[in-house]
Amino acid sequence: MRLRSFLTPLIAVVVFLVLWEALVWVMGWPDYKMASPSDLGPAYTRYWELFLVMGWQTLWRTVVGLLLAIVVGVMFGMVMGFSRTMRDALYPLLVGFNAVPKATVVPIVALMFVGMHDFNTVLIAFMISFFPIAVSISIGLSTLEPEYRDILRSLGASQTTIFWKIALPKTLPEFFGALKVAVTLAFIGTNLMEIVSPHGRGLGALFDSGKTNSDYPLMFAVLIALAFLGIVLYYVVVALEKIFAGWAERQPG
Amino acid sequence: MNKLIEIKNVRHTYQTQNGPLPVLDGLNVSVPEGGFAAVVGPSGCGKSTLTRLIAGLMKPDEGEVWLHGERVKGPRSTVGMAFQNPVLLEWRTILQNVVLPLEIVPTKLNRKQQEDRARYLLSLVGLDGFEDKRPSELSGGMRQRASLCRALVHSPDVLILDEPFGALDAFTREDLWQTMHQVKEKEPFTGVLITHDLRESIFLADQVIVLSGRPARTQFLLDVPNTGRRTLDDLYTVQATEMLHTLRHQIEIAQGRAAA
Repeated sequence: MRLRSFLTPLIAVVVFLVLWEALVWVMGWPDYKMASPSDLGPAYTRYWELFLVMGWQTLWRTVVGLLLAIVVGVMFGMVMGFSRTMRDALYPLLVGFNAVPKATVVPIVALMFVGMHDFNTVLIAFMISFFPIAVSISIGLSTLEPEYRDILRSLGASQTTIFWKIALPKTLPEFFGALKVAVTLAFIGTNLMEIVSPHGRGLGALFDSGKTNSDYPLMFAVLIALAFLGIVLYYVVVALEKIFAGWAERQPG
Repeated sequence: MNKLIEIKNVRHTYQTQNGPLPVLDGLNVSVPEGGFAAVVGPSGCGKSTLTRLIAGLMKPDEGEVWLHGERVKGPRSTVGMAFQNPVLLEWRTILQNVVLPLEIVPTKLNRKQQEDRARYLLSLVGLDGFEDKRPSELSGGMRQRASLCRALVHSPDVLILDEPFGALDAFTREDLWQTMHQVKEKEPFTGVLITHDLRESIFLADQVIVLSGRPARTQFLLDVPNTGRRTLDDLYTVQATEMLHTLRHQIEIAQGRAAA
Protein backbone atom coordinates (compact mmCIF):
# COMPACT_ATOMS: atom_id res chain seq x y z
CA MET A 1 0.00 0.00 0.00
CA ARG A 2 2.78 2.44 0.97
CA LEU A 3 4.81 1.35 -2.04
CA ARG A 4 1.81 1.91 -4.28
CA SER A 5 1.10 5.38 -2.97
CA PHE A 6 4.71 6.26 -3.69
CA LEU A 7 5.04 4.52 -7.06
CA THR A 8 1.83 5.79 -8.65
CA PRO A 9 2.78 9.49 -8.65
CA LEU A 10 6.36 8.60 -9.62
CA ILE A 11 5.17 6.68 -12.69
CA ALA A 12 2.88 9.60 -13.55
CA VAL A 13 5.85 11.98 -13.49
CA VAL A 14 7.94 9.65 -15.69
CA VAL A 15 5.08 9.30 -18.19
CA PHE A 16 4.73 13.09 -18.25
CA LEU A 17 8.45 13.55 -18.99
CA VAL A 18 8.40 10.92 -21.73
CA LEU A 19 5.37 12.53 -23.40
CA TRP A 20 7.01 15.93 -23.19
CA GLU A 21 10.24 14.63 -24.74
CA ALA A 22 8.28 12.87 -27.46
CA LEU A 23 6.23 15.97 -28.26
CA VAL A 24 9.34 18.12 -28.72
CA TRP A 25 10.99 15.39 -30.81
CA VAL A 26 7.97 14.79 -33.05
CA MET A 27 7.35 18.49 -33.66
CA GLY A 28 11.06 19.03 -34.26
CA TRP A 29 11.08 22.13 -32.01
CA PRO A 30 14.44 23.77 -31.40
CA ASP A 31 15.24 24.41 -27.72
CA TYR A 32 14.48 28.16 -28.01
CA LYS A 33 10.92 27.27 -28.83
CA MET A 34 10.45 24.53 -26.29
CA ALA A 35 13.16 22.84 -24.29
CA SER A 36 12.84 19.10 -23.72
CA PRO A 37 13.53 17.17 -20.51
CA SER A 38 16.85 16.01 -21.94
CA ASP A 39 17.94 19.65 -22.13
CA LEU A 40 17.28 20.12 -18.43
CA GLY A 41 20.05 17.80 -17.17
CA PRO A 42 22.87 19.91 -18.64
CA ALA A 43 21.25 23.10 -17.31
CA TYR A 44 21.12 21.68 -13.79
CA THR A 45 24.68 20.31 -13.86
CA ARG A 46 26.03 23.58 -15.20
CA TYR A 47 24.26 25.85 -12.71
CA TRP A 48 23.65 23.52 -9.77
CA GLU A 49 25.23 25.93 -7.31
CA LEU A 50 23.00 28.78 -8.46
CA PHE A 51 19.96 26.52 -8.23
CA LEU A 52 20.78 25.62 -4.62
CA VAL A 53 21.44 29.19 -3.50
CA MET A 54 18.54 30.79 -5.34
CA GLY A 55 16.18 27.93 -4.70
CA TRP A 56 16.84 28.40 -1.00
CA GLN A 57 16.21 32.16 -1.29
CA THR A 58 12.90 31.55 -3.00
CA LEU A 59 11.93 28.85 -0.52
CA TRP A 60 12.61 30.73 2.69
CA ARG A 61 10.91 33.90 1.51
CA THR A 62 7.88 31.94 0.38
CA VAL A 63 7.68 30.12 3.72
CA VAL A 64 8.01 33.35 5.71
CA GLY A 65 5.32 34.98 3.56
CA LEU A 66 3.13 31.95 4.09
CA LEU A 67 3.63 31.96 7.87
CA LEU A 68 2.71 35.63 7.91
CA ALA A 69 -0.36 34.82 5.82
CA ILE A 70 -1.35 32.14 8.33
CA VAL A 71 -1.04 34.49 11.31
CA VAL A 72 -2.86 37.41 9.68
CA GLY A 73 -5.35 35.17 7.83
CA VAL A 74 -6.30 33.34 11.02
CA MET A 75 -6.71 36.63 12.85
CA PHE A 76 -8.96 38.07 10.15
CA GLY A 77 -10.82 34.77 9.96
CA MET A 78 -11.45 34.73 13.71
CA VAL A 79 -12.66 38.33 13.77
CA MET A 80 -15.01 37.69 10.86
CA GLY A 81 -16.06 34.27 12.11
CA PHE A 82 -17.15 35.47 15.52
CA SER A 83 -18.63 38.86 14.69
CA ARG A 84 -21.32 39.36 12.10
CA THR A 85 -20.69 43.07 12.02
CA MET A 86 -17.00 42.59 11.28
CA ARG A 87 -17.88 40.03 8.61
CA ASP A 88 -20.20 42.49 6.88
CA ALA A 89 -17.60 45.24 7.19
CA LEU A 90 -14.48 43.34 6.12
CA TYR A 91 -15.66 40.95 3.39
CA PRO A 92 -16.07 43.54 0.60
CA LEU A 93 -12.70 45.05 1.47
CA LEU A 94 -10.96 41.69 1.43
CA VAL A 95 -12.63 40.56 -1.77
CA GLY A 96 -11.72 43.83 -3.46
CA PHE A 97 -8.15 43.56 -2.24
CA ASN A 98 -7.93 40.00 -3.48
CA ALA A 99 -9.38 40.90 -6.87
CA VAL A 100 -6.58 43.37 -7.61
CA PRO A 101 -4.04 41.49 -9.77
CA LYS A 102 -0.90 41.17 -7.70
CA ALA A 103 1.26 41.69 -10.80
CA THR A 104 0.11 45.30 -10.71
CA VAL A 105 0.91 45.62 -7.02
CA VAL A 106 4.47 44.36 -7.47
CA PRO A 107 5.87 47.56 -9.02
CA ILE A 108 4.05 49.68 -6.45
CA VAL A 109 5.52 47.70 -3.57
CA ALA A 110 8.94 47.65 -5.24
CA LEU A 111 8.88 51.44 -5.44
CA MET A 112 7.40 51.95 -2.02
CA PHE A 113 10.04 49.90 -0.21
CA VAL A 114 12.84 50.39 -2.66
CA GLY A 115 15.92 48.32 -1.86
CA MET A 116 14.21 46.14 0.75
CA HIS A 117 14.18 43.08 -1.48
CA ASP A 118 13.55 40.39 1.08
CA PHE A 119 10.79 42.41 2.69
CA ASN A 120 9.14 43.16 -0.66
CA THR A 121 9.16 39.55 -1.73
CA VAL A 122 7.79 38.27 1.56
CA LEU A 123 5.13 40.99 1.45
CA ILE A 124 3.84 39.95 -2.00
CA ALA A 125 3.90 36.26 -1.07
CA PHE A 126 1.88 37.14 2.01
CA MET A 127 -0.61 39.39 0.19
CA ILE A 128 -1.39 36.84 -2.46
CA SER A 129 -1.89 33.91 -0.07
CA PHE A 130 -3.67 35.15 3.04
CA PHE A 131 -7.13 35.51 1.51
CA PRO A 132 -8.12 31.83 1.23
CA ILE A 133 -6.94 31.27 4.80
CA ALA A 134 -9.01 34.15 6.19
CA VAL A 135 -12.10 33.03 4.28
CA SER A 136 -11.82 29.38 5.31
CA ILE A 137 -11.36 30.20 8.99
CA SER A 138 -14.25 32.67 9.02
CA ILE A 139 -16.58 30.23 7.26
CA GLY A 140 -15.49 27.39 9.53
CA LEU A 141 -16.21 29.44 12.64
CA SER A 142 -19.43 31.08 11.51
CA THR A 143 -20.99 27.80 10.36
CA LEU A 144 -20.36 26.02 13.66
CA GLU A 145 -23.70 24.42 14.54
CA PRO A 146 -25.21 26.07 17.63
CA GLU A 147 -25.58 22.68 19.34
CA TYR A 148 -21.77 22.34 19.49
CA ARG A 149 -21.61 25.64 21.33
CA ASP A 150 -24.58 24.76 23.56
CA ILE A 151 -23.08 21.47 24.69
CA LEU A 152 -20.22 23.33 26.36
CA ARG A 153 -22.01 26.58 27.13
CA SER A 154 -24.71 24.78 29.10
CA LEU A 155 -21.93 23.55 31.39
CA GLY A 156 -20.72 27.09 31.96
CA ALA A 157 -17.70 26.96 29.63
CA SER A 158 -16.15 30.27 28.60
CA GLN A 159 -15.89 31.49 25.00
CA THR A 160 -12.16 30.78 25.08
CA THR A 161 -12.72 27.19 26.18
CA ILE A 162 -15.30 26.72 23.42
CA PHE A 163 -12.82 28.10 20.89
CA TRP A 164 -9.96 25.80 21.92
CA LYS A 165 -12.01 22.67 22.51
CA ILE A 166 -14.45 22.87 19.62
CA ALA A 167 -14.27 25.80 17.19
CA LEU A 168 -10.55 25.55 16.45
CA PRO A 169 -10.25 21.79 15.93
CA LYS A 170 -13.46 21.74 13.94
CA THR A 171 -12.09 24.39 11.57
CA LEU A 172 -8.76 22.62 10.98
CA PRO A 173 -9.81 20.58 7.90
CA GLU A 174 -11.02 23.75 6.14
CA PHE A 175 -7.87 25.53 7.24
CA PHE A 176 -5.59 22.88 5.73
CA GLY A 177 -7.61 22.86 2.53
CA ALA A 178 -7.03 26.60 2.25
CA LEU A 179 -3.37 26.23 3.17
CA LYS A 180 -2.81 23.89 0.20
CA VAL A 181 -4.15 26.60 -2.10
CA ALA A 182 -2.14 29.25 -0.27
CA VAL A 183 1.15 27.33 -0.70
CA THR A 184 1.03 27.47 -4.48
CA LEU A 185 -0.22 31.06 -4.43
CA ALA A 186 2.68 32.11 -2.20
CA PHE A 187 5.18 30.72 -4.74
CA ILE A 188 3.52 32.75 -7.45
CA GLY A 189 3.82 35.85 -5.28
CA THR A 190 7.50 35.30 -4.50
CA ASN A 191 8.36 34.77 -8.15
CA LEU A 192 6.37 37.74 -9.39
CA MET A 193 8.55 39.92 -7.22
CA GLU A 194 11.77 38.11 -8.05
CA ILE A 195 11.17 38.38 -11.80
CA VAL A 196 10.00 41.97 -11.87
CA SER A 197 12.21 43.60 -9.27
CA PRO A 198 15.85 43.83 -10.40
CA HIS A 199 17.66 42.53 -7.34
CA GLY A 200 19.08 39.30 -8.73
CA ARG A 201 17.89 36.92 -6.04
CA GLY A 202 15.77 33.81 -6.06
CA LEU A 203 14.71 31.44 -8.80
CA GLY A 204 12.70 34.24 -10.40
CA ALA A 205 15.90 36.20 -10.94
CA LEU A 206 17.56 33.10 -12.35
CA PHE A 207 14.66 32.79 -14.78
CA ASP A 208 15.11 36.43 -15.73
CA SER A 209 18.82 36.00 -16.38
CA GLY A 210 18.05 32.94 -18.53
CA LYS A 211 15.76 35.17 -20.54
CA THR A 212 18.38 37.91 -20.90
CA ASN A 213 20.99 35.41 -22.07
CA SER A 214 18.57 33.52 -24.35
CA ASP A 215 19.38 30.39 -22.32
CA TYR A 216 16.05 28.66 -22.86
CA PRO A 217 16.88 25.34 -21.25
CA LEU A 218 17.81 27.31 -18.10
CA MET A 219 14.39 29.01 -18.08
CA PHE A 220 12.62 25.68 -18.32
CA ALA A 221 14.92 24.23 -15.67
CA VAL A 222 13.87 27.06 -13.34
CA LEU A 223 10.20 26.35 -13.96
CA ILE A 224 10.69 22.68 -13.14
CA ALA A 225 12.67 23.59 -10.01
CA LEU A 226 9.78 25.86 -8.93
CA ALA A 227 7.31 23.07 -9.53
CA PHE A 228 9.50 20.77 -7.45
CA LEU A 229 9.63 23.24 -4.54
CA GLY A 230 5.87 23.70 -4.78
CA ILE A 231 5.32 19.95 -4.57
CA VAL A 232 7.68 19.63 -1.60
CA LEU A 233 5.94 22.39 0.36
CA TYR A 234 2.52 21.01 -0.58
CA TYR A 235 3.40 17.63 0.86
CA VAL A 236 4.76 19.25 4.01
CA VAL A 237 1.26 20.71 4.44
CA VAL A 238 -0.28 17.31 3.71
CA ALA A 239 1.92 15.74 6.39
CA LEU A 240 0.90 18.41 8.91
CA GLU A 241 -2.73 17.87 7.96
CA LYS A 242 -2.41 14.13 8.62
CA ILE A 243 -1.04 14.88 12.08
CA PHE A 244 -3.49 17.60 13.13
CA ALA A 245 -6.63 16.88 11.12
CA GLY A 246 -6.20 13.22 10.16
CA TRP A 247 -9.52 12.48 11.87
CA ALA A 248 -11.38 14.25 9.08
CA GLU A 249 -10.18 11.72 6.51
CA ARG A 250 -12.83 9.09 5.90
CA GLN A 251 -11.80 5.53 5.23
CA PRO A 252 -12.68 4.76 1.62
CA GLY A 253 -15.48 2.26 1.10
CA MET B 1 -42.84 15.86 46.57
CA ASN B 2 -39.87 18.16 46.10
CA LYS B 3 -40.14 20.11 42.85
CA LEU B 4 -36.83 19.98 41.01
CA ILE B 5 -37.79 21.90 37.90
CA GLU B 6 -40.27 24.70 38.27
CA ILE B 7 -41.24 27.00 35.42
CA LYS B 8 -43.65 29.72 36.46
CA ASN B 9 -45.64 31.88 34.04
CA VAL B 10 -42.85 32.19 31.53
CA ARG B 11 -43.31 34.60 28.68
CA HIS B 12 -40.79 35.05 25.88
CA THR B 13 -40.73 36.96 22.61
CA TYR B 14 -38.08 36.82 19.91
CA GLN B 15 -37.24 39.99 18.05
CA THR B 16 -37.12 39.05 14.37
CA GLN B 17 -36.81 41.01 11.15
CA ASN B 18 -40.57 40.74 10.71
CA GLY B 19 -41.27 42.19 14.12
CA PRO B 20 -41.74 40.58 17.52
CA LEU B 21 -42.54 36.85 17.57
CA PRO B 22 -44.02 35.69 20.86
CA VAL B 23 -43.10 32.02 21.44
CA LEU B 24 -44.00 31.35 25.05
CA ASP B 25 -46.93 32.92 26.85
CA GLY B 26 -47.92 31.72 30.27
CA LEU B 27 -45.95 28.51 30.35
CA ASN B 28 -46.02 26.46 33.53
CA VAL B 29 -44.07 23.25 34.00
CA SER B 30 -43.10 21.52 37.18
CA VAL B 31 -41.24 18.27 37.46
CA PRO B 32 -40.64 16.52 40.82
CA GLU B 33 -37.25 15.10 41.70
CA GLY B 34 -36.68 11.89 39.77
CA GLY B 35 -39.60 12.68 37.50
CA PHE B 36 -39.54 12.49 33.76
CA ALA B 37 -41.67 14.95 31.81
CA ALA B 38 -42.29 14.75 28.09
CA VAL B 39 -43.21 17.93 26.27
CA VAL B 40 -45.21 17.59 23.06
CA GLY B 41 -46.77 20.20 20.86
CA PRO B 42 -47.13 21.40 17.28
CA SER B 43 -43.99 22.17 15.28
CA GLY B 44 -42.40 25.51 16.01
CA CYS B 45 -44.37 26.06 19.22
CA GLY B 46 -41.32 26.95 21.29
CA LYS B 47 -40.31 23.58 22.69
CA SER B 48 -36.63 24.13 22.03
CA THR B 49 -36.85 27.56 23.62
CA LEU B 50 -38.07 25.75 26.72
CA THR B 51 -34.94 23.56 26.84
CA ARG B 52 -32.69 26.59 26.44
CA LEU B 53 -34.49 28.28 29.33
CA ILE B 54 -34.02 25.32 31.63
CA ALA B 55 -30.37 25.01 30.63
CA GLY B 56 -29.88 28.69 31.45
CA LEU B 57 -28.73 29.40 27.89
CA MET B 58 -31.23 32.24 27.71
CA LYS B 59 -33.39 34.27 30.05
CA PRO B 60 -37.15 34.62 29.68
CA ASP B 61 -38.64 38.08 29.22
CA GLU B 62 -41.02 37.41 32.08
CA GLY B 63 -41.58 34.66 34.60
CA GLU B 64 -39.19 32.46 36.52
CA VAL B 65 -37.27 29.25 36.03
CA TRP B 66 -36.22 27.41 39.18
CA LEU B 67 -33.96 24.40 39.53
CA HIS B 68 -33.54 22.77 42.93
CA GLY B 69 -35.03 25.76 44.70
CA GLU B 70 -32.61 28.16 43.00
CA ARG B 71 -33.54 30.70 40.38
CA VAL B 72 -31.80 29.98 37.08
CA LYS B 73 -29.74 32.98 35.99
CA GLY B 74 -27.20 31.40 33.66
CA PRO B 75 -25.72 28.06 32.61
CA ARG B 76 -25.03 25.62 35.43
CA SER B 77 -22.98 22.49 35.49
CA THR B 78 -25.81 20.43 36.98
CA VAL B 79 -27.49 20.14 33.59
CA GLY B 80 -26.88 17.57 30.88
CA MET B 81 -28.10 18.02 27.32
CA ALA B 82 -28.62 15.79 24.29
CA PHE B 83 -29.99 16.92 20.95
CA GLN B 84 -31.40 15.36 17.80
CA ASN B 85 -27.96 15.96 16.28
CA PRO B 86 -25.58 13.96 18.50
CA VAL B 87 -22.84 16.63 17.97
CA LEU B 88 -19.98 14.31 18.81
CA LEU B 89 -16.53 15.77 18.21
CA GLU B 90 -15.11 13.91 15.21
CA TRP B 91 -11.51 14.39 16.29
CA ARG B 92 -12.04 12.63 19.60
CA THR B 93 -12.60 8.96 20.31
CA ILE B 94 -15.96 7.93 21.73
CA LEU B 95 -14.42 7.67 25.20
CA GLN B 96 -12.87 11.15 24.94
CA ASN B 97 -16.20 12.52 23.73
CA VAL B 98 -17.98 11.17 26.78
CA VAL B 99 -15.29 12.56 29.10
CA LEU B 100 -15.63 16.10 27.62
CA PRO B 101 -18.04 17.59 30.23
CA LEU B 102 -15.69 16.49 33.03
CA GLU B 103 -13.03 18.71 31.45
CA ILE B 104 -15.36 21.70 31.93
CA VAL B 105 -17.22 21.22 35.20
CA PRO B 106 -15.37 21.09 38.51
CA THR B 107 -14.77 17.46 39.42
CA LYS B 108 -12.89 15.54 42.07
CA LEU B 109 -12.22 12.65 39.71
CA ASN B 110 -8.72 12.22 38.32
CA ARG B 111 -8.16 11.36 34.67
CA LYS B 112 -8.29 7.62 35.29
CA GLN B 113 -11.51 7.85 37.30
CA GLN B 114 -13.08 10.07 34.65
CA GLU B 115 -12.36 7.48 31.99
CA ASP B 116 -13.64 4.69 34.21
CA ARG B 117 -16.87 6.58 34.71
CA ALA B 118 -17.18 7.08 30.93
CA ARG B 119 -16.47 3.39 30.30
CA TYR B 120 -19.12 2.42 32.83
CA LEU B 121 -21.74 4.59 31.13
CA LEU B 122 -20.78 3.31 27.69
CA SER B 123 -21.21 -0.28 28.87
CA LEU B 124 -24.56 0.71 30.37
CA VAL B 125 -25.86 1.75 26.94
CA GLY B 126 -24.29 -1.25 25.22
CA LEU B 127 -21.29 0.47 23.68
CA ASP B 128 -18.52 -1.54 25.32
CA GLY B 129 -15.77 -2.22 22.83
CA PHE B 130 -16.39 1.05 20.99
CA GLU B 131 -14.47 3.31 23.39
CA ASP B 132 -11.58 3.93 21.00
CA LYS B 133 -13.63 4.26 17.81
CA ARG B 134 -14.23 7.59 16.11
CA PRO B 135 -17.81 8.89 15.90
CA SER B 136 -17.74 8.48 12.10
CA GLU B 137 -17.32 4.72 12.57
CA LEU B 138 -20.58 4.43 14.51
CA SER B 139 -24.16 4.16 13.32
CA GLY B 140 -26.69 6.90 14.05
CA GLY B 141 -28.22 5.02 16.96
CA MET B 142 -24.82 4.28 18.49
CA ARG B 143 -23.81 7.92 18.20
CA GLN B 144 -26.98 8.91 19.99
CA ARG B 145 -26.14 6.43 22.76
CA ALA B 146 -22.69 7.99 23.11
CA SER B 147 -24.27 11.44 23.19
CA LEU B 148 -26.51 10.25 26.03
CA CYS B 149 -23.46 9.06 27.98
CA ARG B 150 -21.84 12.45 27.51
CA ALA B 151 -24.97 14.16 28.84
CA LEU B 152 -24.85 11.95 31.96
CA VAL B 153 -21.14 11.68 32.70
CA HIS B 154 -21.02 14.54 35.20
CA SER B 155 -24.08 13.15 37.04
CA PRO B 156 -26.34 16.10 36.27
CA ASP B 157 -29.48 16.71 38.32
CA VAL B 158 -31.40 17.53 35.19
CA LEU B 159 -31.22 15.79 31.85
CA ILE B 160 -32.60 17.77 28.93
CA LEU B 161 -33.37 15.74 25.82
CA ASP B 162 -34.33 17.73 22.75
CA GLU B 163 -35.78 15.16 20.34
CA PRO B 164 -32.77 12.89 20.76
CA PHE B 165 -34.36 10.00 18.88
CA GLY B 166 -36.07 12.08 16.19
CA ALA B 167 -33.66 11.20 13.39
CA LEU B 168 -33.50 7.45 14.08
CA ASP B 169 -35.44 4.70 12.36
CA ALA B 170 -38.41 3.24 14.24
CA PHE B 171 -36.73 0.06 15.50
CA THR B 172 -33.54 1.78 16.61
CA ARG B 173 -35.71 4.31 18.38
CA GLU B 174 -37.53 1.58 20.31
CA ASP B 175 -34.18 0.06 21.29
CA LEU B 176 -33.10 3.41 22.66
CA TRP B 177 -36.34 3.85 24.60
CA GLN B 178 -35.58 0.64 26.45
CA THR B 179 -31.99 1.73 26.98
CA MET B 180 -33.32 4.94 28.53
CA HIS B 181 -35.24 2.94 31.13
CA GLN B 182 -32.20 0.81 31.94
CA VAL B 183 -30.04 3.90 32.30
CA LYS B 184 -32.53 5.67 34.53
CA GLU B 185 -32.57 2.69 36.92
CA LYS B 186 -28.79 2.83 37.38
CA GLU B 187 -28.24 6.58 36.99
CA PRO B 188 -31.30 8.38 38.34
CA PHE B 189 -31.99 11.82 36.91
CA THR B 190 -34.82 14.28 36.55
CA GLY B 191 -35.63 14.56 32.89
CA VAL B 192 -37.34 16.76 30.37
CA LEU B 193 -37.88 15.22 26.98
CA ILE B 194 -38.96 17.22 23.96
CA THR B 195 -40.54 14.97 21.36
CA HIS B 196 -42.96 14.75 18.46
CA ASP B 197 -43.61 11.09 19.05
CA LEU B 198 -46.65 10.47 21.29
CA ARG B 199 -45.79 6.78 21.81
CA GLU B 200 -42.34 7.82 22.91
CA SER B 201 -43.81 10.32 25.37
CA ILE B 202 -46.01 7.82 27.18
CA PHE B 203 -43.40 5.07 27.06
CA LEU B 204 -40.64 7.15 28.64
CA ALA B 205 -42.30 9.83 30.74
CA ASP B 206 -44.50 9.83 33.81
CA GLN B 207 -45.99 13.17 32.85
CA VAL B 208 -46.84 14.42 29.36
CA ILE B 209 -47.21 18.17 28.86
CA VAL B 210 -49.06 19.33 25.75
CA LEU B 211 -48.17 22.83 24.64
CA SER B 212 -50.55 24.97 22.64
CA GLY B 213 -49.60 26.44 19.29
CA ARG B 214 -47.43 29.54 19.23
CA PRO B 215 -47.25 31.41 21.55
CA ALA B 216 -47.10 28.30 23.70
CA ARG B 217 -48.77 27.86 27.06
CA THR B 218 -49.40 24.70 29.00
CA GLN B 219 -52.55 23.36 27.42
CA PHE B 220 -52.93 19.90 28.86
CA LEU B 221 -51.29 17.62 31.39
CA LEU B 222 -51.42 13.83 31.26
CA ASP B 223 -50.16 11.68 34.10
CA VAL B 224 -48.91 8.34 32.90
CA PRO B 225 -49.70 5.77 35.61
CA ASN B 226 -46.66 4.08 37.10
CA THR B 227 -46.94 0.42 36.14
CA GLY B 228 -43.46 -0.60 37.21
CA ARG B 229 -40.97 -1.53 34.55
CA ARG B 230 -42.39 -0.75 31.13
CA THR B 231 -42.03 -2.96 28.11
CA LEU B 232 -42.88 -2.25 24.49
CA ASP B 233 -45.92 -4.52 24.87
CA ASP B 234 -47.38 -1.96 27.27
CA LEU B 235 -47.85 0.32 24.28
CA TYR B 236 -50.43 -2.07 22.85
CA THR B 237 -52.81 -2.08 25.80
CA VAL B 238 -56.21 -0.42 25.95
CA GLN B 239 -54.97 2.16 28.50
CA ALA B 240 -52.07 3.10 26.26
CA THR B 241 -54.34 3.50 23.27
CA GLU B 242 -56.68 5.70 25.30
CA MET B 243 -53.82 7.88 26.44
CA LEU B 244 -52.51 8.19 22.90
CA HIS B 245 -55.96 9.08 21.67
CA THR B 246 -56.35 11.77 24.31
CA LEU B 247 -52.96 13.24 23.43
CA ARG B 248 -53.72 13.09 19.72
CA HIS B 249 -56.91 15.04 20.34
CA GLN B 250 -55.03 17.64 22.39
CA ILE B 251 -52.47 18.07 19.61
CA GLU B 252 -55.28 18.70 17.16
CA ILE B 253 -56.65 21.38 19.46
CA ALA B 254 -53.17 22.89 19.71
CA GLN B 255 -52.92 22.90 15.94
CA GLY B 256 -56.26 24.64 15.78
CA ARG B 257 -57.88 21.74 13.92
CA ALA B 258 -60.29 20.70 16.66
CA ALA B 259 -62.43 22.59 19.16
CA ALA B 260 -61.42 22.42 22.81
